[in-house]
Amino acid sequence: MVHPILKLVVQRVALGILLLLAASVLIFVGTQILPGDVAQSILGQSATPVSLANLRAELGLNDPPVTRYFNWLSGVLQGDLGTALSNGQDIATAMGRRLGNTLFLAFWAAIIAVPLAIVLGLISVRYRDRWPDKLISGVTLATISVPEFLVGYIAVFFLAVQLQWFPSIASVYDGMTLGERLYAISMPVIVLVLAVLGHMMRMTRAAILNVMQSAYVETAELKGLSQFTIIARHALPNAVAPVVNVVMLNLAYLVVGVVVVEVVFVYPGMGQYLVDHVAKRDVPVVQACGLVFAAVYIGLNLLADVISILANPRLRHPK
Amino acid sequence: MRRIPLAALIGLIFTGAYFGAAIFAPWIAPYGMAEVVGDSWEPWSSTHWLGTDTIGRDLLSRMIWGGQTTIFVAAAATLLSFSLGSVLGFTAAVRGGWVDQILSRTVDLMMSIPSLISALVILSVMPVTLPVLILVMGILDSTRVFRLSRAVAVDITVMDYVEAARLRGEGQGWIIFREILPNALSPLVAEMGLRFIFAVLFISTLSFLGLGVQPPMADWGGIVKENKEGIVYGIPAALIPAFAIATLAISVNLVADWILNRTSSLKGGRGG
Repeated sequence: MVHPILKLVVQRVALGILLLLAASVLIFVGTQILPGDVAQSILGQSATPVSLANLRAELGLNDPPVTRYFNWLSGVLQGDLGTALSNGQDIATAMGRRLGNTLFLAFWAAIIAVPLAIVLGLISVRYRDRWPDKLISGVTLATISVPEFLVGYIAVFFLAVQLQWFPSIASVYDGMTLGERLYAISMPVIVLVLAVLGHMMRMTRAAILNVMQSAYVETAELKGLSQFTIIARHALPNAVAPVVNVVMLNLAYLVVGVVVVEVVFVYPGMGQYLVDHVAKRDVPVVQACGLVFAAVYIGLNLLADVISILANPRLRHPK
Repeated sequence: MRRIPLAALIGLIFTGAYFGAAIFAPWIAPYGMAEVVGDSWEPWSSTHWLGTDTIGRDLLSRMIWGGQTTIFVAAAATLLSFSLGSVLGFTAAVRGGWVDQILSRTVDLMMSIPSLISALVILSVMPVTLPVLILVMGILDSTRVFRLSRAVAVDITVMDYVEAARLRGEGQGWIIFREILPNALSPLVAEMGLRFIFAVLFISTLSFLGLGVQPPMADWGGIVKENKEGIVYGIPAALIPAFAIATLAISVNLVADWILNRTSSLKGGRGG
């Protein structure tokens, strides 16, 4: 007999793949079947009918949409994302480097933000309704209320221009050492951390507070354990599933934050690539970027679900 | 009539001031929206209270005109997302069965792609005009409203008075608008405040990326974009919209909190 947990995980992964497939249809439909004419928008209003017809034939716009979708999808599955309309480059190679840069940035932001959010969440539960809790929630509320790009410019204004601690533009190139690279991306990392820290800390706090209401926490209190031991040993392990969920949701949010932050700091990553090509109306690049972002987002959500299934002892040790 | 708590009062005053400035922009703004009246990036002075922008337009006027665009677009998108999301959400809850399945799964699918990415994908093929922006933002945001209103309505549809209305032979429209809507209003209104703020942040982000409100029209995200080069020279013009957006966000939140507390306490819910 198959272990029920394996069955659950397999089901969840299958659902994720189905969702990704459906998302690819949505992205395709969004760019191909909407009332805008792609050829028209590339060539502009002054295009002659002949050049429009030529471009349509070249893009395969005369095929029925279903055929075009399957051509596109089979290309994507073989790692062929097509060529960019604006400069004729192969999208997969252009994207590869940028995806690496983006993941590098997101990775360091996550490495700092996740432990910080959990520790701050623990502190505010420990001192709940006293000044440390109020201070932390006040500051995080402020960072949530301002969009990322403004946090970015506020940080540039004070940290890069007034104090001159960090570079205001995150330029990276080949041959940089890890240290130089980290120094170059310090500003975007700070901004991304601030962008996700608020939500992550607040949701962690709520998840642990929820567990703190249970009877076994009261028992631990009555046993005379210290507040921190109760929170770290008794409450936290039972709050792992919700906390992991929170962390994953916010990492997924990081994927979106990255788009804006990369533009602010002129960082050569996926977000900048996407925004540039939306402005140029370069549909194949936009589709490819949209698909990659959707895949990362769905993947992280899937991972969150799988981890919370694995973290549930009732599922791990079935009767 | 209870007294209005201080926090809510502050929220009301600020929210009122921003909406007032937006509505009466033509009479309040000292200069025209695209009028060049001085040198670039003049400091704060008695003629230009917030200085001038990158090509010498009065920044205070730009902020007031920009607030008008930002608040108008955000409000229109919020209204659209609420009418669409709540009617579909209530319908899904009342009808149940395959209608519910189709609507809910479609919403799940739409929410599986981050809304900024969806908006960018759509805006890459659509002309970037105000109606298109409002439609895109409203439809993308209606998925969140759908989830909330469906969840609220599912609890209400099992109430005896809805059953009674059904037995009376009332139609679907009556049940949705006369039985469910009044009882679902308080969480929806509180959510509306949050969604409005989200819409303000969203349109500002799109304009900042150059894919929202197009120049010469002003809006808060666009003002940041136009003045961002000044930052490296220590000119804070681009930070003024940050202040405006943050204060608007906080004050609307305070008002929404107060409304939620007030309306739910009438039903013996949370005190306040």
